[in-house]
Amino acid sequence: MADLKIDKTVDARGAACPGPLMELIKTMKSEEVGTVIEILSSEKGTTVDAPAWLKKVGQELVRVEERGDHWSIVAKKIK
Amino acid sequence: MPKRIVIVGGGAGGTITANLLARNLHYQLINGEVVINMITDTPNHVYQPGFLYVVFDKVRSDEIIRKQRDLLDSHVNLFVDAAEKIDRDNKVVITKGGKEFPYDYLVVATGSRIVPEEIPGLSEGGHWFYSLDGAKKLRDSLKDFDGGRVVISTGVPHKCPVAPLEITFMLYDYFKQKNMLDKVEIYYTYPINRLHALEPVSNWTIPQFESKGIKYEVLFNMEEVDPAKKVLKSMEGSELHYDLLITVPPHSGSKVIEDSGMGKKGWVATDKQTLNNAGYDNVYVVGDTTDIPISKAGSTAHFEADVVAERLSSQVLEGCASTRYDGKVVCFVETGFDEATYVWFNYKTPPRPTPPSKMLHWMKLGYNRLYWLSAKGVL
Repeated sequence: MADLKIDKTVDARGAACPGPLMELIKTMKSEEVGTVIEILSSEKGTTVDAPAWLKKVGQELVRVEERGDHWSIVAKKIK
Repeated sequence: MPKRIVIVGGGAGGTITANLLARNLHYQLINGEVVINMITDTPNHVYQPGFLYVVFDKVRSDEIIRKQRDLLDSHVNLFVDAAEKIDRDNKVVITKGGKEFPYDYLVVATGSRIVPEEIPGLSEGGHWFYSLDGAKKLRDSLKDFDGGRVVISTGVPHKCPVAPLEITFMLYDYFKQKNMLDKVEIYYTYPINRLHALEPVSNWTIPQFESKGIKYEVLFNMEEVDPAKKVLKSMEGSELHYDLLITVPPHSGSKVIEDSGMGKKGWVATDKQTLNNAGYDNVYVVGDTTDIPISKAGSTAHFEADVVAERLSSQVLEGCASTRYDGKVVCFVETGFDEATYVWFNYKTPPRPTPPSKMLHWMKLGYNRLYWLSAKGVL
């Protein structure tokens, strides 16, 4: 994963509202197909919620990574 | 040569910033050491939270509109014109009317706008209450509505995140007053996997909905509306029949932002604490325009305006700025026609909604009248 190229990072740490999943949906809607999107979240729940939504809408989950006090969720817009 | 401050946008954020700056820089304005120019594309200032009440005939449109000039400190110059290009390299704003406004400091407060056209069929088949015309149209449709399924759906991104819940609770009371609850099914949908972005608010809402018989579906992002068949389709593959569709359309930032290369979809890259446009110490961003992952709401704009005015005043007067935004947001939440709750939170403190009460509802109604003092920088 060291060579993973991230096109857009949204730092949603501490963002209670609208929250990390809403930020992922917003970014997924606005970016072009092929864009690799990273969401940083301080809510552990995002590591479950974001993959569940990605699966439901047929977008690709690239990785979920724990980084001390927060998590990085990386997704790719494939359609 | 006076120091020139240009504010683009005359909504809550721009107006409060202008008036606070005029107070902080009063003597410099009188002495001609500072000039504040506001550019906004409308002569009127609209209190947008009032739209919710227009839907239910509880507020008339003339109660939520004031002349922008009347709200601004007399030392702030007002230019009713549309900003067409913001050139940060040459520090100038160019308007549709062909005027050029050079600046030393810039405040970008261009706000957000609804873009129902992003959802095919929504403009033809759906209602919204995020514009005065839309609220009036919905009000008239509600009067003629004789029963069936009312679907409430919310686009992403959107401003005023509590409004979808408020309209739902107020619809319940509206139909209850009309003795129509047995003829109406209220069906609430929400983009993420709970009933509201704020988890404590969502947890509070579940028993409220269940006791009122309000149905709900989560992970529902509007994809398309079929106005002929009265069907709303979601990105997640769900299809809902509706008799009345009430939506919060997705939002976008101002066109001038994209046209000026300042940010995709009109959102400007903004430091979450200093509120500077990333890379520009002399450019501030306030209100819905920022790309900060925080609620787009009037109170956000208000609290950000407090910080921007302090920082900018210190920069002008002392050459430095230290005040920082802590992410503070305060929202009243109408839970029907008679009660309300409220939440406040910031970057570090999660929200804890208080039990709804009549007192909070009256405070909300009171604030609807007091807003004009906020806009003037008094409250």
